[in-house]
Amino acid sequence: MDWTLYIYKTIFLFIILLVTLLIAMYSTYGERKVAAFMQDRRGPNRAGPFGLLQPLADGIKMFMKEEIIPLSANRALFILGPSIAMTTALLTGVVIPWGGTITIGGREFSMQIADLNIGILYVFAMVSIGVYGIMIGGWASNNKYALYGAIRAASQMISYELAMGMSIVALVVSTGSLSLHEIVLQQHGMHWNIFYQPLGFLIFLTCAFAETNRAPFDLPECETELIGGYHTEYSSMKLGFYLFAEYINMFISSAVIATLYFGGYNMPFIDQLGLSPNAVTLMGTAFFFMKILFVIFLYMWIRWTLPRFRYDQLMNLGWKGLIPLAIFNILATGVYYYFTELT
Amino acid sequence: MIFLFYLLSAIMVISALLVVFSKSPINNVIYLIICFIAMAGHYILLNAQFLAVVHIIVYTGAIMVLFLFVIMLLNLNKAIIPQKSKITRLMAVITGGFFFLVLLAATRQTFEINPRYAFTSDIGLVSNVGKTLFHEFLLPFEISSVLFLSAMVGAVMFGKKDHTRDEV
Repeated sequence: MDWTLYIYKTIFLFIILLVTLLIAMYSTYGERKVAAFMQDRRGPNRAGPFGLLQPLADGIKMFMKEEIIPLSANRALFILGPSIAMTTALLTGVVIPWGGTITIGGREFSMQIADLNIGILYVFAMVSIGVYGIMIGGWASNNKYALYGAIRAASQMISYELAMGMSIVALVVSTGSLSLHEIVLQQHGMHWNIFYQPLGFLIFLTCAFAETNRAPFDLPECETELIGGYHTEYSSMKLGFYLFAEYINMFISSAVIATLYFGGYNMPFIDQLGLSPNAVTLMGTAFFFMKILFVIFLYMWIRWTLPRFRYDQLMNLGWKGLIPLAIFNILATGVYYYFTELT
Repeated sequence: MIFLFYLLSAIMVISALLVVFSKSPINNVIYLIICFIAMAGHYILLNAQFLAVVHIIVYTGAIMVLFLFVIMLLNLNKAIIPQKSKITRLMAVITGGFFFLVLLAATRQTFEINPRYAFTSDIGLVSNVGKTLFHEFLLPFEISSVLFLSAMVGAVMFGKKDHTRDEV
């Protein structure tokens, strides 16, 4: 048993958990600030300087609210729903390489919790289990609107999972690996995958929006038609878990996008700076988080720019637009590598 | 490892039994999902990570979602199973038992006691699985894809609007 490694991994796991929660918390603040900026308002500015304590105030409010479980609801499943949503959202972070290796006391430690050789597929597995959180919660509420929201969410996520998987197949063909660590290493020195897979990136991005139920694909919680969608009957921190899980998903999917297409923790011109390995790692991690924050900003930017899709438009885009495009992308990538690598 | 194996097996067997004995269809589906996740755990114990993850994506993430979907849409909250008479049930058990016996007798000879490949720790890794599938089992693999294609065509046919009725 290698105890130093175990202790390091445990500590690192907690750091990642805390950072995930912190960024998800401040995403809610960021979202409101970005919305305010786009609509020429000021946004939250009462709690603390620039309203920085607003997420804390919101969190306390959520905890203090009365907890209501509807009489006709299925109690066990009603509680299970938000728990699954939160758990699967947090579980995805373990395969993401947050940085290179860091040297402490002559030993190298990787800034990735688990380097699975099927890293991308693991992310997909967690996403596909995440559907249950919404479906079970929506069904257990025993409310028409919640059920509609749940069914919309499930069918939307299944439809877009296909196109997402296919856009990844093209990426795997060009990188030749399913391990996220390997994919990041290959993108060293501005060989970012977005330059090799631009179409795949666009498909993946669109599908990531749909998978996280963000606007313009936020039909499952479409207020004008469905009150609150799958979380209509939820109150207090259980509602908080659903909302929070959405922000965690947004953060994690931004991290996955940055890892797969924007070079992960690779920084341009890092080799020319002549820094010590530890400094390089820390700079890389900081740069990685800047990329993640940019993608999160992109999420918000699009949310407050585009109106919501209609349901049939959503299905048409998924099945008749993105899936054929993704198949074409796989074919084109395959043909390209067949003629360049084999001859 | 041994402890994990028994833990996962216990979860699997108990949840599989609950699938059969639980009354509410929604709970049945959830127990089946638990059973599948435990089975993925068994794959991981065999170091077959690819199979484990694909198992979760395909069975837990896609097929069981569809099951849940149908049950939710039909609103099968309480089981409405027509009760059969005692003799019918007894006959069903006996017939099922005989069928099991026939199956056992038929398949007893076909199982290979010695596996074709000796077990190594990296036999289930994605590159090895892929190479085996696309070299040795290429033809069965491609034929099974035809099966999927026919299933897809069938689904599209079902999904199509019935035009013949409008013309009459």
